[in-house]
Amino acid sequence: MSVTKETVQHVANLARLQFNEEETERFSGQISRIVDLMDALSKLPTEGVKPMSHAVDMAIPQRDDVVTNGNQRDTMLANAPDAEKGHFRVPKVIE
Amino acid sequence: MNELTLREAADKLATKEISSVELTQACLDQIAKHNPTINAFVTVDAEKALAAAQAADARIAAGNGAPLTGIPIAHKDIFNTTDMRTTCSSRMLENFIPPFDATITTHLRQAGAVILGKTNLDEFAMGSSTETSYFGASRNPWDTQRTPGGSSGGSSAAIAANMAICATGTDTGGSIRQPASLTNLTGLKPTYGRCSRYGIIAFASSLDQAGPMTRTAEDAAMLLNVMVSYDPKDSTSIQSPAPDFTQALTGDVKGLKIGIAAEYFGDGLNDEVRAAIETAQQQYQAMGAELVPISLPNSGYAIPTYYIISPAECSSNLARYDGVKFGYRCEEPKDIRDLYFRSRSEGFGDEVKRRIMLGTYVLSSGYYDAYYRKAQQARRLIADEFKAAFEKVDLILTPTSPTTAFKFGEKDDPVQMYLSDIYTINVNLAGLPGISVPCGFDSKGLPIGMQLIGRPLDEETLLRSADAYQRQTDWHKRRVHLG
Repeated sequence: MSVTKETVQHVANLARLQFNEEETERFSGQISRIVDLMDALSKLPTEGVKPMSHAVDMAIPQRDDVVTNGNQRDTMLANAPDAEKGHFRVPKVIE
Repeated sequence: MNELTLREAADKLATKEISSVELTQACLDQIAKHNPTINAFVTVDAEKALAAAQAADARIAAGNGAPLTGIPIAHKDIFNTTDMRTTCSSRMLENFIPPFDATITTHLRQAGAVILGKTNLDEFAMGSSTETSYFGASRNPWDTQRTPGGSSGGSSAAIAANMAICATGTDTGGSIRQPASLTNLTGLKPTYGRCSRYGIIAFASSLDQAGPMTRTAEDAAMLLNVMVSYDPKDSTSIQSPAPDFTQALTGDVKGLKIGIAAEYFGDGLNDEVRAAIETAQQQYQAMGAELVPISLPNSGYAIPTYYIISPAECSSNLARYDGVKFGYRCEEPKDIRDLYFRSRSEGFGDEVKRRIMLGTYVLSSGYYDAYYRKAQQARRLIADEFKAAFEKVDLILTPTSPTTAFKFGEKDDPVQMYLSDIYTINVNLAGLPGISVPCGFDSKGLPIGMQLIGRPLDEETLLRSADAYQRQTDWHKRRVHLG
């Protein structure tokens, strides 16, 4: 199946990625070929098969809703590209 | 000294024939000499390594040594380390210093292993050759014009080039086993959930699994002893007893039923690899094991299934890289939208973008049922097929990789690269343990590996079978001498 340049632009927008004209063209061709590979699955009968989202059949463990590793503001901010007064700093969001 | 196996090094350290400082220095000297060519390491910290080696020597002198105390190890640069940057070989995390250690890193530190540094990988573990690394490809010590495999290619190259005694890797679709095969090492992907994933930077959460990369099966057992644990910090961690895996190494495979599936010996398999695997099968027969023909007809659907599920999970996991809290941020963003788009577009390389795009595509409205749901159903069929096979056999023997190490740029089409994982990804989809073991060399002098696949939580049979084979053969003893 051919994945058009418009689809690539749409999906890139959803994924918060931007591509120039040359990249859009290239990704469109590559993704079309990969989608062709994926389409092989359509031949596999899966009627009534329960989807498997995980390799191990186990219940999700529960824990008490308590803070176990709090008070780490400075550690967490140490990797921030920009921080001020104990907060992450980003460009203005609301005009 | 740096060519020793983990077992040999541990014995010599215990009897004080060598010191950890000497052993660590030998590895550091080898790194200094050959890393500029091999590019196995992204980060090396000689000072910290030597300090850890001194502490290990003191611990051994005080009679408190454990089997891994003083052993120089390399960590794939996907394991969080608080004292060393963790880059995932991406520009996105080029300067990232994790605020916490991975559970496995902690276990190995507590055991007294000496961390030499962090090894190169395909960016965010996405690739089969390390060519997608932001820091450039690692080279295969057996032939530096060729790849050491991927994504744990830095770890495999580091051991094969005698820069480390052992290493950690992660395996999402074959990323421990394939590089082990291409560099003449033993690489074990444990059962999903056996080793904690806490502190491993996520690629595809339902498939990623940490494991040991070593020179022998015995070494893998020793390293696995320290890596396996139940971890309450990882909600996918399995609560199961962790045996002493070295106790399983009896050398005996008599009566063992080994499944041979015709589907793993089809057209794409290189003739020399096929011949080596067939010789290994005969070797097992001679050792008293029984070869049992089996059929795994859904194996052919593994590649499309994997290349839907893993990008879907990757697109979700990599949504966190938005340039706000950590990681790369673009210069002078004009607004928040510009910050997101440019930070991600400049911070990620092409393969990562391709997989994020594929994942976003298959999860998007209109395609979810046709691709993602369908792939999850195929995954169930593949896993059920293995379950049925393991009612008849104890393990399954296959090639690890369809070819020996390929040249850089040889697979520049993504589809060609994806097909190189054809024999390994089933194992991840089904959550099974698998090991790659050296079993020959091709006419160019390049290593060939075979894969053994086991029942869930049955790493002992895999290690026992691999070790028994290594007692009878010497492929794993061949080393590269870089000069």
